[in-house]
Amino acid sequence: MNTAVNQGETIVFWICGFFAVLGALGLIFSKKAVHSALWMALTMISLAVLYVANQAPFLGMVQIVVYTGAVMMLFLFVLMVVGVDSSDSLIETVKGQRIAAILLGLGLAILLIWGIGSSMTNVGPGSLDDANSVDGGNVQGIAHLIFTTYLVPFEVTSALLITAALGAMVLAHRERWLPKPTQSEMSKARFAGAVHPGNLPAPGVYARHNAVDTPALLPDGSVSDISIPGPLKARGDVRPVDHMEMDEITSIDEGSQS
Amino acid sequence: MSPLVLSSATLQEVTPATGVFSLIALLIGLPLLGAAVLLLGGRRTNKWGPYLGVLTVGTSAVIAIVMLVKLMALPSESRAIGESLYSWVFAGGFQVDLAFQLDQLSMVFVLLITIVGTLIHIYSLGYMSHDKDKRKFFGYLNLFVAAMLILVLANNFLLLYVGWEGVGLASYLLIGFWQFKPSAAAAAKKAFVINRVGDVGLSLAIMLMFVTFGSVTFSDVFGSASQASEGTLTAIGLLLLLAACGKSAQFPLQAWLLDAMEGPTPVSALIHAATMVTAGVYLIARSNAIFDRAVWAATAVIIVGLITIFMGATIGSAKDDIKKSLAGSTMSQIGYMVLAVGLGPIGYVFAIFHLLTHGVFKAGLFLGAGSVMHGMNDNVNMRRYGALRGAMGITFVTFMAGYLAIIGIPPFAGYWSKDSIVHAAFEKSTLIGVLTIIAAGITGFYMTRMVAMTFFGKARWEDDAHPHESPKVMTIPLIILAIGSTFLGLALLFWGNIKTWLEPVLGLTEAETALPELAIIIITLSVVIIGAIIGWVMYARRAVPIEAPRGSWLTRAARQDLYGDAVNDALVVRPSYHLARVLNWFDSRAVDGFVNGTAAFVGGASGRMRKYQSGFARSYALSMVGGAVIVVLALVLVRL
Amino acid sequence: MNPANYVILSAVLFSLGAVGVLVRRNAIVVFMCVELMLNAANLAFVAFSKINGNLDGQVIAFFVMVVAAAEVVVGLAIIVQIFRTRRSVSIDEPNLLKY
Repeated sequence: MNTAVNQGETIVFWICGFFAVLGALGLIFSKKAVHSALWMALTMISLAVLYVANQAPFLGMVQIVVYTGAVMMLFLFVLMVVGVDSSDSLIETVKGQRIAAILLGLGLAILLIWGIGSSMTNVGPGSLDDANSVDGGNVQGIAHLIFTTYLVPFEVTSALLITAALGAMVLAHRERWLPKPTQSEMSKARFAGAVHPGNLPAPGVYARHNAVDTPALLPDGSVSDISIPGPLKARGDVRPVDHMEMDEITSIDEGSQS
Repeated sequence: MSPLVLSSATLQEVTPATGVFSLIALLIGLPLLGAAVLLLGGRRTNKWGPYLGVLTVGTSAVIAIVMLVKLMALPSESRAIGESLYSWVFAGGFQVDLAFQLDQLSMVFVLLITIVGTLIHIYSLGYMSHDKDKRKFFGYLNLFVAAMLILVLANNFLLLYVGWEGVGLASYLLIGFWQFKPSAAAAAKKAFVINRVGDVGLSLAIMLMFVTFGSVTFSDVFGSASQASEGTLTAIGLLLLLAACGKSAQFPLQAWLLDAMEGPTPVSALIHAATMVTAGVYLIARSNAIFDRAVWAATAVIIVGLITIFMGATIGSAKDDIKKSLAGSTMSQIGYMVLAVGLGPIGYVFAIFHLLTHGVFKAGLFLGAGSVMHGMNDNVNMRRYGALRGAMGITFVTFMAGYLAIIGIPPFAGYWSKDSIVHAAFEKSTLIGVLTIIAAGITGFYMTRMVAMTFFGKARWEDDAHPHESPKVMTIPLIILAIGSTFLGLALLFWGNIKTWLEPVLGLTEAETALPELAIIIITLSVVIIGAIIGWVMYARRAVPIEAPRGSWLTRAARQDLYGDAVNDALVVRPSYHLARVLNWFDSRAVDGFVNGTAAFVGGASGRMRKYQSGFARSYALSMVGGAVIVVLALVLVRL
Repeated sequence: MNPANYVILSAVLFSLGAVGVLVRRNAIVVFMCVELMLNAANLAFVAFSKINGNLDGQVIAFFVMVVAAAEVVVGLAIIVQIFRTRRSVSIDEPNLLKY
């Protein structure tokens, strides 16, 4: 392996390594779960590049497709189900947990680095050129191994995947306790004791603020609570009604009339 | 001391049983069957059970007599008959058969056991007629006879041990037959426990034999005894002596015999006078091949015998209880036999000779005492007897025959056998001979005392006592035994020729004595008569006080069984109590303390540690990571 | 470049993942941290594969990915189920399993 390639690899390593660690730190320190997921995606893409740099192009692609593409999307879906806005308070509840965790993590890292550093001093960079070229390429080489030496584990993993899919279905399945209500039953229920049988008022629509976060105004000028979607209310994203502006508009309106 | 005739015991060729001898198993089986029927049959055998018991033993006696006749017809070198029933223990190289051996020594024992046993069974029909547990009594007696026959007929030590334990069990059951009396129950327990000590000796001896010779059959053990070291033989001999001391109530395991008199009188006569207590003598005589080669063991036997002779005689002289006095006398007489077997080939034959005559006349004396008690409302205190010769004539006459036999007046049976032992003792050593003569004098004293207090003097009866002669079923065995007491010695010595009969089994040596034979006889007889006269003067001529006088220190000690119980108490019982108390303390404090402490520690520690079971998955994960760190640390450190 | 660097980077990522598992309370984030640890292990496998000059390490990493995918599927389903019943994904919530 010539020096240029070697130097190139070094540069790639340091850049991707930096981003990987940055992503990991972001994963840990983000307050919101969605941000954590995005930092995680950064780490995984960095790792994919490192895989490619390590002469593992197949794994690099799989990393991007499976992890960044599928697994992270799955995480995000679940976050949506659970509520994107749910965020941890960063105040620790278990006494001493955070300090102990950081100390142990540091200790683990130091010990591992110590052990690796002391045992891998004289290891050559190695090369997969030979192994990759035997069957005509990295993918072919891995395929060869999977379907010869690792055939049985491979078949077992297929069973594992099917089991996992089934398990996910079973777990996510919601048992229906009551018969599904028919349309007529639903409309009857809606009118039977409901406060608001008809449509809810639409949000306020203004030229400047054509958005669902703007509440509608009742004839007396007060804000209609039910005109805003619940999640926005819960999040506190309701845009306040600027009465000064409204008065100005009214006066302009009246002035133009007068 | 140079031997005149030298003939040591040689191992006899054992011929397989044929003809009447194949009935050896039946000899044992009949009483065993009787015991089984009586003990398992329950109340429905109450009516005819006792008669069945008498019948089985009687039939065995008849078979035994027939066998004796057949055996006498055989040449003396082929008189050992063996019969093997089946292979009993079969473990690797160790094999023990359920096999019997009938030879000259076994034969005389079988005769003694079955004939005296039959007579005592018959006597018991009368003696126990009012007892509601009569059936059980006869069942136990049958069991005893069967076990005793196994003991003397076994051809190996293991089977002998079965019989040994069997007679111990029967003895226990019969001593405690009147278990509603606390004293009887305690006496039974005492006999059982003390016998255990001896039994341990026998079992250890058997194990040692197996280790040394690889077999426990008589023929193998005695045949290869000459190859074993003297130390081993001495050890075996001493262990056998311990066993004999337990069973035969020899010093230092003598304490149980006096208490054993709590049992019914026929039991005292059969088990604790005639047969079972002589098993120790049989054991030593049978093992003569071992004792002949173990000088120290034989000397120990002599010493034990001598001590017991004087202990028994002293106790017999002081007791006012007629049965206990007789029990002391039994101890003393068995002491004579043990002394004789300790003398070696000089004395084996005479020990067995005395054993036979003693078995007969002591059984007669005990049954006579029982007859007296029967007529005196079961009162055993000789101070409340007196002048009974008129009230119960047959008992008196038969008792007198036994009396003359035991003190050794010619031509009564005891004279011949005891004189032989005294003579053999002189052959060994003049000192031992003199001691036996003194003991014979004491025998004369205490037996005269007994006879004088019971049958002579003034009547000192309780107010409600109406002495009467016992029924015929009791007096006929008395008469037969009295005839035996009178003529058995003569018959065995001159007609039966006991010396040549037993010589092939036991060996017989004669040696010169320091005194001429006639001198010994005259001295012995004079000492005995002096003793008897002293007894007569003290207890027949003078009035016997109803309350026992305080007496000398020796008398008081003898009344306390020479402090046998106190010694046992101080040496064994109290230390055991203390040990038990210490162990109990140790158990409750140290062991329990440790256990409870462990429990408290674990409880307390878990009480504290459960705080860490917070339920937060993250704190569990934390400890997991901690473990991983420790593992990595260990790996790194080991590698460095 | 010394291939040990890859392994050291792997160790750092692994430790960060471990700390994340211990510190975060949102079950989904904890799950992501676990995935980070698995990825760190994969990186070490890939690096070792190159050092040794054969493809076995890559095959193992491939299997790890498969298993991780299966694990994510089931784990997320469990989280969803827990959320449905408890309206929360905090892993400190289910702490009934204690003294």
